[in-house]
Amino acid sequence: MNENRQIVIIVTIMIIGVVLLAKLFMIQVIDDSFLRRAERNAVQRIVDYPYRGLVYDRNEELLVYNNPVFDLMVIPKEFKVKDTIRFCELFQIEKEKLIEKYTAAKKYSWVKPSPLIKQISTTDFARIQDYLIDYPGLFVMTRSVRAYPDSIAANALGYIAEIQARQLERDTLNYYSQGDYIGHSGMESQYEKILRGKKGAKYKMVNVRGVDKGSFKNGALDTASIAGKNIQSTIDIALQKYGEKLMKGKKGSVVAIEPKTGEILSMISAPIYDPNLLAGAAYGKNYKVLVTDSTRPLFLRPIQAKYPPGSIFKVVQSLIGLQWGVINPNTTLACNKSLVACHNHPNPVNLFGAIRNSCNPYYYQAFRMMINQEKSTNTYIDTQIGLDEWHTAVEKFGLGHEMGVDLPYESGGSVPSSKLYNKIYGEGRWKYSTIYSLSIGQGEMLVTPLQMANLAAIFANKGYYYTPHLVKAIDGENGSIPEEFTVKHEVGVDAHHFDMVQDAMAQALYGTATRAIIKDIAIAGKTGTAQNPHGEDHSVFVAFAPKEDPKIAIAVYVENEGWGGRAAASTASLMIEKYLRGHVERPELEKYVLIGNFGD
Amino acid sequence: MIGWINIYAAVYDEQAAKSIFDFSINSGKQLVWIGTAVLLITVIMVADYRLFDNLSLILYGVFLLILLLTPFIGKEINGQRAWFEIGSFRLQPGEFAKFATALALAKFIEKPSFDLSQPKYQFQALLIILIPISLIMLQPDTGTAMVYTAFFIMLYREGMPQKYYVIALLFIAVSLLSLAVENNLYIAFGVVALTVILILMGKKTWQRIVSFVLIGIAIIAYSYSLDFVVSKLPSHQQNRIMVLFNPDIDPLGVGWNVTQSKIAIGSGGFWGKGYLEGTQTKFDFVPEQHTDFIFCTLGEEFGWIGSLVVVALFVALLIRLVFLAERQKTRFSRVYGYCVISILLFHFMINISMTIGLFPVVGIPLPFFSYGGSSLWSFTILLFIFIKLDSHRIQLLGRMN
Repeated sequence: MNENRQIVIIVTIMIIGVVLLAKLFMIQVIDDSFLRRAERNAVQRIVDYPYRGLVYDRNEELLVYNNPVFDLMVIPKEFKVKDTIRFCELFQIEKEKLIEKYTAAKKYSWVKPSPLIKQISTTDFARIQDYLIDYPGLFVMTRSVRAYPDSIAANALGYIAEIQARQLERDTLNYYSQGDYIGHSGMESQYEKILRGKKGAKYKMVNVRGVDKGSFKNGALDTASIAGKNIQSTIDIALQKYGEKLMKGKKGSVVAIEPKTGEILSMISAPIYDPNLLAGAAYGKNYKVLVTDSTRPLFLRPIQAKYPPGSIFKVVQSLIGLQWGVINPNTTLACNKSLVACHNHPNPVNLFGAIRNSCNPYYYQAFRMMINQEKSTNTYIDTQIGLDEWHTAVEKFGLGHEMGVDLPYESGGSVPSSKLYNKIYGEGRWKYSTIYSLSIGQGEMLVTPLQMANLAAIFANKGYYYTPHLVKAIDGENGSIPEEFTVKHEVGVDAHHFDMVQDAMAQALYGTATRAIIKDIAIAGKTGTAQNPHGEDHSVFVAFAPKEDPKIAIAVYVENEGWGGRAAASTASLMIEKYLRGHVERPELEKYVLIGNFGD
Repeated sequence: MIGWINIYAAVYDEQAAKSIFDFSINSGKQLVWIGTAVLLITVIMVADYRLFDNLSLILYGVFLLILLLTPFIGKEINGQRAWFEIGSFRLQPGEFAKFATALALAKFIEKPSFDLSQPKYQFQALLIILIPISLIMLQPDTGTAMVYTAFFIMLYREGMPQKYYVIALLFIAVSLLSLAVENNLYIAFGVVALTVILILMGKKTWQRIVSFVLIGIAIIAYSYSLDFVVSKLPSHQQNRIMVLFNPDIDPLGVGWNVTQSKIAIGSGGFWGKGYLEGTQTKFDFVPEQHTDFIFCTLGEEFGWIGSLVVVALFVALLIRLVFLAERQKTRFSRVYGYCVISILLFHFMINISMTIGLFPVVGIPLPFFSYGGSSLWSFTILLFIFIKLDSHRIQLLGRMN
């Protein structure tokens, strides 16, 4: 009876076995999503953060270093305190605070560490270090924040902060992760890849409660972090500090360059802020204050502010005119004030006199000779040809385009070509009378303080420049710097044309900027006034010194301080003296600048 | 006989080794359980084979009494009173009642007049099974109680009419479908279509058409009522059913067990991570991993190959038992043999199914693998009584005659 039913049972058993094995095959062999989920479960990647590279000045003094801060961590499960009062005394924490922090830690996790006291200073840490052993469940986690011993060069150095969402999106190599620090501006951003080093990773296994269970595969996949490289900057701490002192309470820029190399000795953007404000715990609060400040301290004036070059551009006009042979040192033109306004000076003037006295009508006429060379019988076309040739020549002076300084967010300024005027007025509908403002550095022309300083360097070098830069050496790369900073840029004007220009600039001081004259140091300089439609004009001065063997070229902008001969020239002169002598022997002038009352 | 003792020994050894190294705290205890299990085997093998026959009804009665007392004097664990605590060891009477019930069933069915095609005897058999089930439900321990339904496999072999099984399977199929398919309308359409086809295919007598239509309507009604019934279940059981059909519904909450269990097994791959290399099970991602979820450790560390070996061993053991049962000379031994098969098959099927998400999570152990004295002892007793009976099958026959 029912003997055949044993077959049914055997078959059923087999079917069950096959079904189980098939399902097991599916989840174990075919579907590998479980494997990935398992690793996400149990393997934790602990990032080993590298030591960020330091930044030194040109004399190997520290500009930026890493300051260790210590967070006292607690593991609630292991934490035991017998005498709470003594503990509070030792660790300088109020009892209420301790209870509050401990409760929060317990709430977060019983077995995982939470911070108990954050950002303990090095001195406090040294004090409590010995007592730590008496308290199980406590340990110290070291982090580091950027620190600036002299609190200077905030704009050039930049700052580091947590990476932003859109930066993370652009990070296609997936180097960064949420919460990582990254250079946000200045050299910190430009040399991010050099300074940051290389993150390492340790893989460790954790159990379901997140408790450490040792290294994964005995550390076979672990990588050690590689510390970032140190960078030597071209900045001169002493000069930078002095410049920032002079610019305190003012708005404007100072850029000082070593003409022979293009190395930026000092770069100041005023109003100045302490770079330490953007390092460490108070970053968020301080950043908000700075970014909402109406004087815009985070605006990188030396490379982002654009002003009309003004009178200083007359020197460039002279050089191009000389090179083209349109004018020569003996070209004498009348100071015809009906063409363009001018001030009183000997009349008529030759080129030397025109530079020395900054004669506007001279350049009105000289520029027309340069632009309208009668290469076409049509005035309009002739002007267009002339302007474009001039545009090409001017661009060689590093104007009208970004210079390529090693800082992010550089502005290029602008030098108009026929394209611009065709756009504004239409082709064939503008001529010299439309564009004559360019002759004296006004009109549709803008330069940055950095470009202006570079002009001073070109005048000093008699016709060439190196792209201004802030990096002098990178550790471990045989001191070599990016190649683009070793390329000599010729401006296309023969050196001998500069001789007379340099003499005129040296002489100009006696007319327009007597305050700038330094005993025993020959300075060549030119004042300028950048017209400001929003208020008082900006005071501008460029100079280089010593005239015979230039070691420093400088451009100074002081906003809303009017004529260049006062605020800007005085500041520039003091900077030059400071750099060349190492000290300043003119306390009166220094006081004048520090007080900052340039009105008379 | 030697063949499947070897199988048992192999499985047994693996369990011992795993216990010692994997669960340092539990391994010691498990060794004690294994030792005593060996002792039990010796006792069973030495004891007179007639004892089991004679004692069967007494044992059944004793265990029913214990089960009756359990809900009152048992120790409460996870809301169940299923355990007795004796010293530091805990025993689960529900586990041991299995072999007593099996013996009682064998004793009853042994009677020559016993014929499962008659409702009277069907009712008797059902009663023997239902009494322990209802007592265990009082604890309440649904998993263990469910195991007793496995005896229907034995009853099938002994002549329970086939139509009951067809109806039961149909019932299960409809239940699963209506739980799995969100919209019962689909099922209703399917049933209507099927009914129409069946009517058209066969003879078109009025009687037949009416009965088919009634069955169809009953199925549809059932399918709709099921959702209602499920909503009335205790919430933890509702969750377990929901998780079965959609494990990702709440992977950190109700789906945690199944999700983690599947991750552990699934991460084993083909060859496994290697002995003691499992990360999921070693670091406690899978709960209850030394008892009900023991298969996770195996699946993770030995991969599909390890699973294959274990599943194949179980299948081989079960089929071997079928052959052994069939060669018994007495109906008592054969019935008991099939009882053993039924229980083992049910445990094996349900336990592995739940670890890989084919069945809702119910707390029943994997025979000879899971940690726990009660289950090891009860499976040992269950199996070795049958071995003892088998070794005396000639004498048994003689006595019968």
